[in-house]
Amino acid sequence: MGLVDRGRLPKPLTTLFNMGRSYSLWVYQWGLACCAIEMGAAFGSPRYDVMRLGVIPLPASPRQADLVVISGTVTDKMAPAIKRLYEQMPEPKYVISMGSCANCGGPYWDSYSVTKGVDQIIPVDVYVPGCPPRPEALLEGIVLLQQRIKNEDMGARWRGEGTKPMNIVDGESAEKGGVPVVVHN
Amino acid sequence: MTMLGDRQQLAYIAAQAADARVNVELETEGMTLNIGPQHPATHGTLRIIARLDGEQVVWAEPSAGYMHRGYEKLTEVRTFPQVTALVNRIDWLGSFANEVPFILAAEKLMGVEAPSRAQHIRTILFELSRIANVSLFLGDLGVQLGAVTPVFFAFRDREYVLNLIEAATGGRFHPNFDRIGGLKDDLPAGFIEETRVVMKKLRTFCDQIEDLLFGNEIFQSRTRGIGVIPKDVALQYGLSGANLRASGVDWDLRRDQDIPMAWNKTEFKVITHPDGDSFARCWVRLQEVRESTKIVDQLLDTMPAGPVMAKVPKIIKVPEGEAWVSTENPLGEMGYYVVSQGDQGPFRVKIRSASFNNISIVPWLLKGVYVPDIITILASLYFILGDIDR
Ligand code: SF4
Repeated sequence: MGLVDRGRLPKPLTTLFNMGRSYSLWVYQWGLACCAIEMGAAFGSPRYDVMRLGVIPLPASPRQADLVVISGTVTDKMAPAIKRLYEQMPEPKYVISMGSCANCGGPYWDSYSVTKGVDQIIPVDVYVPGCPPRPEALLEGIVLLQQRIKNEDMGARWRGEGTKPMNIVDGESAEKGGVPVVVHN
Repeated sequence: MTMLGDRQQLAYIAAQAADARVNVELETEGMTLNIGPQHPATHGTLRIIARLDGEQVVWAEPSAGYMHRGYEKLTEVRTFPQVTALVNRIDWLGSFANEVPFILAAEKLMGVEAPSRAQHIRTILFELSRIANVSLFLGDLGVQLGAVTPVFFAFRDREYVLNLIEAATGGRFHPNFDRIGGLKDDLPAGFIEETRVVMKKLRTFCDQIEDLLFGNEIFQSRTRGIGVIPKDVALQYGLSGANLRASGVDWDLRRDQDIPMAWNKTEFKVITHPDGDSFARCWVRLQEVRESTKIVDQLLDTMPAGPVMAKVPKIIKVPEGEAWVSTENPLGEMGYYVVSQGDQGPFRVKIRSASFNNISIVPWLLKGVYVPDIITILASLYFILGDIDR
């Protein structure tokens, strides 16, 4: 995509690309603790059925994934593996942090072995709070991420302007480039 | 990511493997296979380092600790009611079952006993969490062997149980419902009728899984005679729960122990199997779900009236002393050794979780098996990472 790296992508093409990208998200499930089961319920169960949102939860390796859902407690022993996995994913890549543990340490905020938030090691796009968040909340997080992808300027992302960690703002200002948060449990 | 510690460990493995070649004539070059820490078949973040000779495992070692959250230290800085919220998350599939032994230990120290209605409801919720836990195991078991359908069945029917737990406690997953001296609330209206319906559905689910999976020829040939744990070895390694009963040991804390819970008011069979192989372990668990639904049904019929909370002070101070209580959790024996010094929080808590002891047999069990069997054996041993690492 020579057009993209020169930062000149015509608007209609951007729209088309973004639509395609947002509805064919391959998501790698990085299940770590209790939240992983709720993620499994969201992705694997007939009741929640994530595929209707255009999300495919079955990549064989992070190298084929667009999105990774970090669900559960990140410990200091696990953190290097997470960073390594994130680096293996091809750009453009997105991260959803699911559950209080991955957001900020959760119930283990004063533990000696838990990383207080996965955003200390990799940039996060959507935080889904809850302990554990309901599967519906994770689905809402994915929908917010799709909105964000649709409003993205690929040229800016290529230049690295859209990837830095940003302030946590509410879901409505997602199009302005903030980090959306699903606000209910 | 290879740190010095890891490298030393690998060198050590290589040295060990060189000593223990199983096949001397057809010598092949050994290989170290690393499974995990993120692998779907390890139910979380267990890492298994296996030294292979061809297709056979020469040496295998689980490397735990990727999910270590420091529970025993954290309990020292929490008050007693706060600890229940924490211990919920040890075995996250059967959360309510984790609260009960801790609360019982605290009650033992305080000399209070929950009213009989509270004991009944506790037992019902305990068995419901067992059903929620093991039904997911049954679904997952299929996935490990390449059968994808059972997991959809499991997730479908598990939702009914989670809905019940949510209706009663307000939490789908982590109820945090148990209080010292009783329960937070009484059951909601309509819970008893709804539970009866769900228990029927669960029995149908068991039948379906039995037909779909256990009757399947491929399933049988991949699990029968694989990963056999003889009775004496199982006892030596301190296995508990279904893993022990599948080796033919008739041992169930629900029946053998006199604790203030309602199991002694019900009739149930303790399922054992003489074989001790992977199939036996899966089969015992399946039958136990059936028994659990029956226990719940009996308890619903005999539900006593009355309060659900005994008289306890608003601010809970547990008198000085030590207490050990363990119960038969979905994964095996889980117990808490609580030491109190008369404060609002425990002085020290030792947690005995079932999975930690259950996977201690992995190095023994994996020696000499073929690579594809590693996955079935691990699946049939059934552990939960939070329960191992705590
Ligand atoms: S946020 Fe809560 S439910 Fe999720 S992993 Fe952490 S403790 Fe478990």
